[in-house]
Amino acid sequence: MVTSSARIPVEKTYKIYIDGKFPRTESGRYFALKDGAGAVVANICRGSRKDFRNSVVAARKAFAGWSATSAYLRGQILYRIAEMLEGRQDQFVAELVLQGRSKRSAQKEVLASIDRLIYYAGWSDKYQQIFSAVNPVSSSHFNFSVLEATGIVAILAPDDDGLIGLVSNIAPAIVGGNTCVVLASETMPLCAVSFAEVLHASDVPGGVVNILTGFKDELTDQFASHMDVNAVVYADHASAGKIQTKAADNLKRVVARTDNKWTAESAQSPYLISDTQEVKTTWHPIGS
Amino acid sequence: MTLTVVPDSSLLPDLSKVSQVDEVGVNERAARFQTRSIKKESKIEALHMILSMIDLTTLEGQDTSGKVSQLCQKAIHLHNTLPNLPHVAAVCVYPTMVGVAKKALGDHKINVASVATAFPSGMAPRHIKLEETRLAVEEGADEIDMVISRGAFLQGEYGLVFDEIAAVKEACGEAHLKVILETGELGTLDRVRRASVLAMHAGADFIKTSTGKIQPAATLPVTLVMLQAIRDYFYDTGRMVGMKPAGGISTAKLAVHYLVMLRETLGNAWMTPEWYRFGASSLANDVLMQLQKQATGVYQSADYFSKD
Amino acid sequence: MDNQNKLAFDGGWQYAPAPESTDHITIDGQYGLFIGGDFVAPESGKYFESINPATEEVLSSVASASSADVDSAVKAARKAYNGPWSKMKAAERGKYIYRIARILQERAREFATIESLDGGKPIRESRDIDIPLAAAHFFYYAGWADKLEYAFPGKRPVSLGVAGQIIPWNFPLLMAAWKIAPALACGNTVVLKPAETTPLTALKLAEVVRDAGLPDGVVNIITGAGETGAAIVNHDDVDKVAFTGSTGVGRIIQRALAGTNKKYTLELGGKAANVIFADAAIDQAVEGIVNGIFFNQGHVCCAGSRLIVQESVADEVVQKLKDRMETLIVGDPLDKNTDIGAINSASQLETIESYLRLGQEEGAEMHQSSRDIPTTGYWCRPTIFTGVSQSNRIVQEEIFGPVLAIQTFRTLDEGLSKANNTPYGLSGGVWTDKGSKIFKMTQKIRAGVIWANTFNKFDPTSPFGGYKESGVGREGGMHGLGAYLRLEG
Repeated sequence: MVTSSARIPVEKTYKIYIDGKFPRTESGRYFALKDGAGAVVANICRGSRKDFRNSVVAARKAFAGWSATSAYLRGQILYRIAEMLEGRQDQFVAELVLQGRSKRSAQKEVLASIDRLIYYAGWSDKYQQIFSAVNPVSSSHFNFSVLEATGIVAILAPDDDGLIGLVSNIAPAIVGGNTCVVLASETMPLCAVSFAEVLHASDVPGGVVNILTGFKDELTDQFASHMDVNAVVYADHASAGKIQTKAADNLKRVVARTDNKWTAESAQSPYLISDTQEVKTTWHPIGS
Repeated sequence: MTLTVVPDSSLLPDLSKVSQVDEVGVNERAARFQTRSIKKESKIEALHMILSMIDLTTLEGQDTSGKVSQLCQKAIHLHNTLPNLPHVAAVCVYPTMVGVAKKALGDHKINVASVATAFPSGMAPRHIKLEETRLAVEEGADEIDMVISRGAFLQGEYGLVFDEIAAVKEACGEAHLKVILETGELGTLDRVRRASVLAMHAGADFIKTSTGKIQPAATLPVTLVMLQAIRDYFYDTGRMVGMKPAGGISTAKLAVHYLVMLRETLGNAWMTPEWYRFGASSLANDVLMQLQKQATGVYQSADYFSKD
Repeated sequence: MDNQNKLAFDGGWQYAPAPESTDHITIDGQYGLFIGGDFVAPESGKYFESINPATEEVLSSVASASSADVDSAVKAARKAYNGPWSKMKAAERGKYIYRIARILQERAREFATIESLDGGKPIRESRDIDIPLAAAHFFYYAGWADKLEYAFPGKRPVSLGVAGQIIPWNFPLLMAAWKIAPALACGNTVVLKPAETTPLTALKLAEVVRDAGLPDGVVNIITGAGETGAAIVNHDDVDKVAFTGSTGVGRIIQRALAGTNKKYTLELGGKAANVIFADAAIDQAVEGIVNGIFFNQGHVCCAGSRLIVQESVADEVVQKLKDRMETLIVGDPLDKNTDIGAINSASQLETIESYLRLGQEEGAEMHQSSRDIPTTGYWCRPTIFTGVSQSNRIVQEEIFGPVLAIQTFRTLDEGLSKANNTPYGLSGGVWTDKGSKIFKMTQKIRAGVIWANTFNKFDPTSPFGGYKESGVGREGGMHGLGAYLRLEG
């Protein structure tokens, strides 16, 4: 019985994020995310291989534009993501708490996530200067090596850190001009969907980041085998063999990020950016 | 080859459309010719060819009829102890020495080439250049080596340069015209290529690198660019134009590599004195020393070869 | 459209044979495996022959390493790693590598001659490119040995251990240098396997390593075919695998390493586009095309095997290319005037010829130079195909021979799209006189090495390696160090 004075809270529908839109999974499937007491927290989309395929199409479409975006602008957009997250701290803390974190730990993770975005925003126009080189070749040529985004990065986000694990892997990929498709933590998916909403509000072009929720067992093979994915990032020892085997189909770059304590400062580094970059070397004669 | 119509600058092609030249690429290609190893019978054949292509040259303020006569004797008697030597293609002198050379060479089939057009600077009014050309021809010159007006070319007055070449060509009558670009003053290979195109369209029978008075004179890269211009002109028109690198080619080995470059750029049709010359004064003796070495197996001394 | 005004390159003045002498080299009748500082007999007692592809004569017989031999080699490498090599001061390690460079320079002509005998490449290339570059590679990396921390800001680089290295037959000594020099400079020990058709200069390099006084087991060189390579890849005590070869084998290696912690670098196939714009320096571009596809008989992973030329200059470029092909001398690799030597093996020749048939079956027009080729040995005339389209297999697949597929384009976007329409991404070329267009193209072509207004240039300081299916990792330059180090801190 509803009393006239009580307001019914509006509950959030958690959807996936593909090509800058928030569809439900095309499969129509879901799984129930439960709290420690076994109560249903939310119904989560159980993303399918077709969702993944659609995400890769979106990521490929977005790649040309995003990889050509100026470093300055990419930095500003990452900074903007941090700003948006800063303003929505309470929501993320609440979601982490819903997923079993203490409030204190949740607050720490959210702040670390914001700071991580700022950290990588700052690298946008600097990593190139750290990792590039002018090579003093013996012939009459100017020769230089620069980094370029490797393309589409498929990210299997860490299980245990629903927000910071996600942010710490998306940020270095996109700050370097890659686009990505991410499978959110299966056990802590809420923040991933909310983070997609933050991205959506932060001038990140559609398709640059695509976030799916679903079952790792079902989707790991897809992430590792898709022929239009250029790199695959994973955090889970158990998947290593399977991922590398499938990745060989098109010689994907395989990046293992196991054993990271994601909230620690040591988990951030420009080498995480260079992991998903290609070195391109250009030659040109010096003459008249 | 005589043109029936004197070209005028309305026939000048748009030089901005002439293919660009990349210096480093040209240098690499030129260096490749120098990796060719020319030995044994192919070397002897080449050395004979080189002798037959030489324009034996004296272009000094101190030239006298004595000096020119001696040079002509050298042209006839390159080295009498070696049998079956060819004679050089021509003797190249100033206009005032054409008569002397003509007389000294007598009935020998050696051409007299004369520089003209206010050689080497070309800094004289056109009517004087034409007059000088006609005089040289009247004196008996078979070939005229003219210089282009580099100043006008560098100023972009291509029409003026074109008309001047065409007028000199007309003044040459039956004499063959070699057009000296003086590449050392053109500055870039792009300009060398454009000047080559201009000269050929204006009626040049030969294009020639240098006067020998300016450094750098002939180089392999400059000559390659000119040969490529000749090839493109031949592709377009079917008319063969000759090539004469001049200045700085003093060793047989280097001259052989010029022949390698000629062979691999224009092919066999150009490998005769009719289409290829070396402008040189000291090259002949080095070639002769090499031939003597080939004949005797012993390395030679310059003391045994006549210098005229 | 054929031009009526033709140049003549047949007949006339010819270059007499100018063979490099072979009286200054020694090739033993039989070679063992170089393990632990000594040549030892293979456990199985089996040997195979290495032949001269220009004459089909046997040059030597070399040991076939079994997995037991691989195990001995890895053990020797591990012992050397745990022993003297990792305890040595980095600067001293560098001095050993400098010694190798110096001895190679001293023995350069001998190495060049053997390289041409064993692999069929022209002596001009082995003498002027392969051997000097190999020596330069050792010289370059020697200097890195005690400076590694400067290459990785904020990190502490640590050697990996034992590197297993497998190299191809197209640049035998140079690829050995590309593999061994950075591995040693970074403090690793190595087990290297040269290709079975071209083992001799690697075995000669073993002599150099011994003469340079390197501690036993730091460099081990073992010969054999694919199974030997597989045994190296799969050996439990190998920490790092470096492979140069086909994309097919690269895939197998990546799978084989799945679930292990071995690092790997793979330098694989390519089908590079060489894009010529109408405003290019056409004559130099033609040289670039020739150098791009006919260098080393086209046995080059980064060969410019797809010519993509703007329509308005296509006829001119093809005409000039055909004339230029007539001047390429195909023949005795030891002749100093040879431009195109022998195809490396009978099986590679068969592969190339099958593509020549395929190209014609697909409807493309084939043109070959008219020069004579020898009657014994394995030879292929320089070949171009015109009238090909993106869907033809000769456009898509790596032929690894002197065979060029020519396509045309109208706009930059079309040229770029054709250039990138491939699973490979090793190299690319662009020819234009316009600066901003150069940068647009060099940025947009998805490949690891881009030559603008030049092609097929190599230098020890210059990183090399592919995007996409052309491989993983870089070799050469500062970026080549990362393949042989673990970054801590």
